[in-house]
This record gives sequence, structure tokens and C-alpha cells, in this order.
Amino acid sequence: MLASSDGMLILLLLLLASYAAGVVLPFCAPRKPQTQGLVGSVCACLASSIGIALGTSGLLASEPLTPSVASSIPLLAFAVRLDPLASFFVLTISLAGLAASIYAMGYLKEFHGRVSVASLAALTNGFLLSMTLVVIADNGFFFLIAWELMSLVSYFLVVTEHEKADVRYAGFFYLVMTHVGTAFVVLTYLILFQSAGSFSFEAFRHPEQSLPEGMRTLVFLAALIGFGTKAGIVPLHVWLPYAHPAAPSHISALMSGVMIKTAIYALIRVYFDFLGGQFPWWWGFVVLLVGVTSALLGVMYALMEHDLKRLLAFHSVENIGIILLGIGAGMIFQTYGLKEFAALGLLAGLYHTINHALFKALLFMGAGSLFYATHTRNMEEYGGLLRRMPWTGLFFLIGAVSISALPPTNGFVSEWLVFQTLFLSVQLPALFLKLMLPIAAAILALTGVLALACFAKAFGISFLALPRSSHARHAEEVPIAMRIGMGVLAVLCVGLGLAPMIVVPLLDRITGPLTGVSISDKVLALDGWALAPVNVQFSSVSPPILAAMLILGGLLGLFLAFLFGGRLRSRSYKTWGCGINLSSRTEYTATGFVQPIKRVFSTIYQPTVKLETEFLEESRYFAKRQRFEFHIEPVFEKYLYDPVVNVFVGIADRLRILQAGSLHLYLAYIFVTLVILLLFAV
Amino acid sequence: MQPIIQAVSLVAAQAALLLAISPFLVGLIRKVKARFQCRRGASVFQPYADLAKLFRKQPVISTTTSWIFPATPYILFASTLTAGLLVPTFSSQTPMNFAGNIIALVYLLALGTFFLILAGLDAGSAFGGMGSSREAIVASLTEPAMILSIFAIALTAGSTNLSTIVHKTALLEDIVTDPSPHLMALAALFIVALAETGRVPVDNPATHLELTMIHEAMALEYSGRYLALVEWAAGLKLAVFLSLIANVFAPWGIATTQAPAAMGIGLVAYLLKIAGLAVLIGTLECMFAKLRLFRVTDLLGVAFILALLGMLFFYILRS
Repeated sequence: MLASSDGMLILLLLLLASYAAGVVLPFCAPRKPQTQGLVGSVCACLASSIGIALGTSGLLASEPLTPSVASSIPLLAFAVRLDPLASFFVLTISLAGLAASIYAMGYLKEFHGRVSVASLAALTNGFLLSMTLVVIADNGFFFLIAWELMSLVSYFLVVTEHEKADVRYAGFFYLVMTHVGTAFVVLTYLILFQSAGSFSFEAFRHPEQSLPEGMRTLVFLAALIGFGTKAGIVPLHVWLPYAHPAAPSHISALMSGVMIKTAIYALIRVYFDFLGGQFPWWWGFVVLLVGVTSALLGVMYALMEHDLKRLLAFHSVENIGIILLGIGAGMIFQTYGLKEFAALGLLAGLYHTINHALFKALLFMGAGSLFYATHTRNMEEYGGLLRRMPWTGLFFLIGAVSISALPPTNGFVSEWLVFQTLFLSVQLPALFLKLMLPIAAAILALTGVLALACFAKAFGISFLALPRSSHARHAEEVPIAMRIGMGVLAVLCVGLGLAPMIVVPLLDRITGPLTGVSISDKVLALDGWALAPVNVQFSSVSPPILAAMLILGGLLGLFLAFLFGGRLRSRSYKTWGCGINLSSRTEYTATGFVQPIKRVFSTIYQPTVKLETEFLEESRYFAKRQRFEFHIEPVFEKYLYDPVVNVFVGIADRLRILQAGSLHLYLAYIFVTLVILLLFAV
Repeated sequence: MQPIIQAVSLVAAQAALLLAISPFLVGLIRKVKARFQCRRGASVFQPYADLAKLFRKQPVISTTTSWIFPATPYILFASTLTAGLLVPTFSSQTPMNFAGNIIALVYLLALGTFFLILAGLDAGSAFGGMGSSREAIVASLTEPAMILSIFAIALTAGSTNLSTIVHKTALLEDIVTDPSPHLMALAALFIVALAETGRVPVDNPATHLELTMIHEAMALEYSGRYLALVEWAAGLKLAVFLSLIANVFAPWGIATTQAPAAMGIGLVAYLLKIAGLAVLIGTLECMFAKLRLFRVTDLLGVAFILALLGMLFFYILRS
């Protein structure tokens, strides 16, 4: 392992060079889209493999690597710092990046002849590069440049298929939202700059004069809004379900899997690093509240979606909520000086961060494979695909089990840790928080089961039973590169679920410096076989033992069946459909599946159901034709965004008087401005 | 080496016990119901004969299904049995205590539910889908109540590990200063148990009427050994919940040491307790009608509120 700082520096330079090559080379390659795509993907594969090595060695290194290049622009220095927190995110980005670029080798065929594959491949490299720069930047100015680069490059990727009107709308929506967020990010950094006198992160940590209380609160709120917009917290999440589905699937996987995580990185950086982990209890409570709301509403809206990629985008909102639950609880404990619990909450949030990056990327790639095979994103037109696409189906199932937090996958381990953090609220001195944290746990339980229902729907309707359309009937398994990309992530999802004893000590290296206490020994009990946050008496779980018991239980079932029944072959016969032949029309639909949930939670959904029936002229007892429509009220867009947009459009309308189209008038404006400026000058 | 052998044999004994008694519990409930309905009813051991017969029958698998359909009974069986090993039965020192706490138990059961929902959709008939859809909503409403009710108890014992809760409650009677948080949590958990195991008033295990069935609808396409495993797993789930309620709220008589005599007493006490609960469930099933699906939400809402109040009472009484 390259632990020495020289080795890491070489890795860092190689990483930057490979991404840079990936940006340039696709355009130099021969004008065949196959070659251009391959060149870009190979560069990205190489760079992200280096990133995995760099991230791992950064996590293991004793001292952070801090190379820096000065620039001629005042206040800007290209300073880099690879401390454990940054290295962890480099690792996460690179893992998802590696899988996505392997996947892209097959998936890019979808775009041959329609869009410029060279620019798509180059932008993908640029996107990965900009995300890596965001997390390793050690200078506020440099961070903002990387942040803006990331936003712009991802915008260009979202509008890859710009010939479609809805894609252009999605891109525009994303661009506006992300810049609203950036404005708040800039505000955060300007306040920090004001007291620090420099844009260097080191100065943010140890400012010349400490920030007054009001300013600290402003930093907290501005960072929450600014980074929260990127992370997709409710109610700033509205762009996700537009932008993520519009992008090509491997890009959606990266956006949903890792780009929104850069915001989590930045939040931890600002709260725990710059502000030194000193905050009033209500900060943590606000983060917790945001987490609960995002988790619950995210999964609720996801349930009602039948566009697979939109469904997954809403689930990103949910999982960001779960991550923030861990971090928020950690912040509350930090306030009360319960450092071990604070570290646990942060650790749970970070564990869920990498888990979500893996399984969400996997699921988006699965959705991309379904689109590749059927050319539709509507779940109601899938069906029976597990028989036609066995590998995609298996990988999607693993992703679905992981995101539903079922044992023995990674989602289970991190959600379990979040639950334990919330339960440790017993130790808090304030009664209000003692009550609120378990309620948050109960809502997390509700979220978990609703996610289970949602993915039972997504997998069951898409992959099981009979094909629901001719697209699904003629679907074929996707190319090998796409399967490998998904397979890598599926293996990681199971691996991270079975091996918390490897993950926890690594994460402890991040939370240790941030909270000032190492909890690795306390979380791992029984030589690492069990996770026992803080106290083995309070709670413990052993994922490897549970997995072993599940396998043994299954074998016991097989044995019992053999013992009592002998070797009976089963007989195949068609399903009894009450006398009529089974067809796709007799199957349960996705809409039907979620109908009870829609009804029970109608207060949240505000559904509008329209049923129009045309009757036969002879009798009103026989319907000739029926039309069924149902919509969910887009509450946030209608009541929060539309009024704001209307105000702006109204102002713009008024201001249009200025732009009358007369050249003389414009010259007059310039003249008046000049006179005013001159008046100010004297 | 000695402790490991002892632990493994205890785990095996518990697995065997749960597997052995679960058909009996189902038979007992049926018998009680039959007696209340002035029928003589089948023998309490009838479910064993049913299982044996099902195992020997040739299974029929629908041509529309995928590998999910035949795999699900094994996954369901394995996850329910694993969950059962986390719950203390006759001894409060379950060797598997460290392997998972209450959250692990809830999510292990959810694993089985997830696959059963998939299997219900797999055969392609509308019945299976209907059952799956209903199971999804019932499961989503029960689990928050279950987590909160167990948490209310965990507060008193200072642990979320089931064996530790039971062990502490059995040894230190004085930690229960006021029984009201316990009673509320008990009521909540009892409602949850009825819903999770598919009992009246949430579901009716004796029906095959499309308008009312939930669990039966998902398992409708199963036959032969697959059906046997699904039924056995359903019985196991019942045994798991009854053991949970019996031991967490009334750990009387449970073996707190490894002494053979204590174990013997513990076994007898355990069997009496869960048989008593099974009789109670049978009686309740005769007293109440099945609720409409959309009224079930009210019942589970009550369970949630009870659990919440239990937690609130605990804090208020202590402060």
C-alpha cells in the first residue's frame, strides 16, 4: 500500500492526468463513435482505479497530503488536502466512477449517431474530475470553481438529448436550482472569509477573530440551504426527479450516487471542521427534522412513480434524509458533549453515504439496462424480464434488497447504525429530544417498510410475471460490459454488508479527528464479529453470523423438503385465471399495487382521480369505453415554487418596458449611467 | 471449545423447539375456535399431518414464474427461523443474543415479507398481486408501532437486545417501578403481532375469499413442499411473536442459569405461556369480525399511539 506522501502525490497527479486525458483524447480519436466512447471510458476506468488507490491510501495515511500550487489570481490557490474525510469521498466517487465507466462501454452504443459520443465521454471524465476536485479542494475559492464546474458539466450531461423538450426543461430547472444553491454556498464562504481574512480552509478553521453567534447561525443556515439544494433535501428536492431521469443512465447513476454526496461532504466539512463541532442543540435538531421530512416524503413520492428513473430519483431524496438523520443525531450528541455517540451518528451517516452511492448507482444502471433493452421507462410496460434478462434482474434485485435495508446487505448495516444512534437518545438530558429521536426512529421504520414496498413494486412489476408490452416481450440481455459494471456494484453491496469490521475502522479514522474520540474498538465487539455501538449490552448485531444463519436455514429447508418429501419433480402448469387465459391484462399493475398506500396516505398525496365512462346508448348498465386518470398533487411545486416564479415573471414583465428595442433609448441608458457614475466619482 | 459446543447445541435445541411447536400453536388456535363455534374440530396435531402430506405431494409451478417463486419458500423459512433464534424461549440466555437485536429481528422478518410479496406478483394472477399489495400496506403500518413498542420496553431494561431485556426483567423485578408503560407497550405489541401473523381482525387465515385474504392470497399459487414451507414459516412467525410477548412481558419461570432443573422449569413455563396466548388469540378470533382493509389503519394507528404513550409515560414517571 502506498502510504508515503510521495506515493500519494504521484497517484494524485496520475489521477488528474488520466481524467484530463479522458477529457481531451475522445476528440482526438478517429471519428468513429465506438472508438471515441471506448477511449473516454478507458481513461475514466484508469483514473477511477487510481482514485480508489488514492482514496484508500489517504484513509490509511497518518498525515494528510497537502500539496499546493499558488496562482496569480489573488486569494486563489490550487491547494489540495487529502485528509481522511476527503479521501473517503474520493474513494466513493472512484468506486461509482469505475463501475459507471465500465458500464458506459456498453451503454454508449445507445447514443451512436444521435449525439456526439466524443463530447459525452469527455464530459463524463470532466464530471468525475470536477467532483474529485470538490472534495479535495483546500481553498474556498478553488472549491467554488470546482463546485461551479461540477454544476455546469452535469448540466451539459443532463441535456445530452437536448432535442427533446422535456429534457431541455429538466436541464433549465436544474440549472436554475443549482445556482440558487450556489448563491447560498458563496454566501457561506464569504462570511467565513470575512472573519478568516483568507480563503484557505486552514484559516476558516482557525480564524483571526471568531465569528459572532449571529454570523455562525447564518453560516449554518446558508450552508444547509446551499448544499441542501444539491443534496436534494425537501423542499429543495424538486429538481431531482426532473434532472436525474433526463440524463443518460450512467450519468444518472453518478449524479444520484455521488454528486449529491459532495453536498454531504461539504456539510460535514463546514459544521464539524470549520465551525469546530460547536453548535447549539437546535442546529442538530433542524438537520434531523430535514432528514426525517426528506426520508419520509422522498419515499412516499417514489411509491407513486411508475417511471423507473423518477422513482429512483425520489429515493435519493429519501436516502439523503437517512444520511442526515445520522448526522443530525450526531450533531445533537455533539452539543451535549456525548462525543462517542456523536461519532457514532456521523459514522452511521458516512456508512450510509457509501452504501447509497453503491446501490443507487447499481439501480440506476439497472434502470438504464431496462431502457436499453425495451426503450421505455414506464414500469407498466415491463414485466417478465427476469427470464429474458437474468443477470440484470439478479443485480437489480440485490440493489433493491440493499436499498430496502434488508439483511445481509450493506443498507441494513448502515440503517441499523442510524437506528442505534437514535435510540441512544436515552442518554440526552433534554426531555424534548429524548422523545423526538425515538419518534424519528419510528418514522425511519415507516420509511424503511415503504421503501421495501416500493422496491417490491419496482422489481415485481418490472421483472416478474408476464410481459406487459411488446417491448418487454422482445427484450434481450444487455452487453457484457454493462453487466460487469452492475456486477461490480452488486458484489460491493453484499461485501460492505458482510464486512462492517473492515469498514468501521476506516470510517473511524474520519470521525475520530472530527469529534475528537475514536470509537472503533467500542463499536466492534467480539473480535469484529459483531457491531455493538458503545455497549454490547445495549445493542448488537452480527451481519456475517446472520448471513450464515440465513444460509443454514435455507439449507435446513431444503433438507426437510428432501427428508419428508423425497425427490419429487415439480410439474409446470399455467396459472389458474378463473377460467380465462392469463394475459398481461389480468396482472396486477404498478398503479394497482400502490392504490391502498395512496388511499391511506391521501392527506399527503392529495390525489385527483378522474374516471370517465361512456355508456352504451341502449343501456346505462353497459360501458362502451372507460378512461381513468390519476394525478398526485405536486404540492411543493404548486404552493412553494409557482408563487415565487410568478413574482419573478411579473417583475420581468414590468422591466420589459426598459427593453423597448430602440437603439436611441439604449444609448440614452448608457449616457445616463455614465453621468451617474461620474457624479459618484466626484 | 466447550462453550462453543454448548452454544451450538442450545441454538439447535431452540430451532428444533420452535419448529416442533409452531404447527401445534396453529392447531391449538383452530381447536379453540372450533370449540367456540360448537364444533368438535380437528385434532390439535392435525397441522403436523397437513405438513407431512404437503411435503409428499407433487408441487405444481406456474409456467409464468421465474426462479423467485421456488426460491421464496426457502428464503421465507430461513429468515423466519433466524428471527426465531434471536428471541428467548425457555432460557433467557440465548446464545444468538449478540447476533441481532430487535431491529435485526424486524428486518429479518421484513426480508421474508419482501420475497413473499414478490412471489405473490410472480404467478401473474390478480389474486397474488392483490395479496402483495395489501401485505405492503399492512406491513408499513405495523413496523413503526413495533419499533416504538419495543423501544418503550428497551428503555426500562436499558437494552435493545431481546435476551438482555428478558434476562434483566426476569432477574430484577424491582426495575419496573410502574407497570403502565409496560402495559401500553404490551397492548401495542399484541396488536402488531395480530397484524404481522395475519390474524383476525387484520387478516383471516381461514379464508380463501378474494375480497378478504392477504397472506393466503400471496401463497395461493403454492403447492406441495413449497406450500408446506410457507405454512411452516407462517407458524414459526406466530411462535416468534408469541415467545416475544410471553417472555418480554411475563418472563416468569424462564431459566436464567444453565442448570438443567432451571431449564426444565423454563421449558414447561414457556410452553404454558405460549399455549395460553394461543388460546387467547383463538378466543379473540371468535369475538371479533375481520376489519375492512381501510379500517385496519385505525387499529394500527391505535397501536402506534399506545407505544408512543408508553414511551412518554416512562420518561414522565422517571423524571
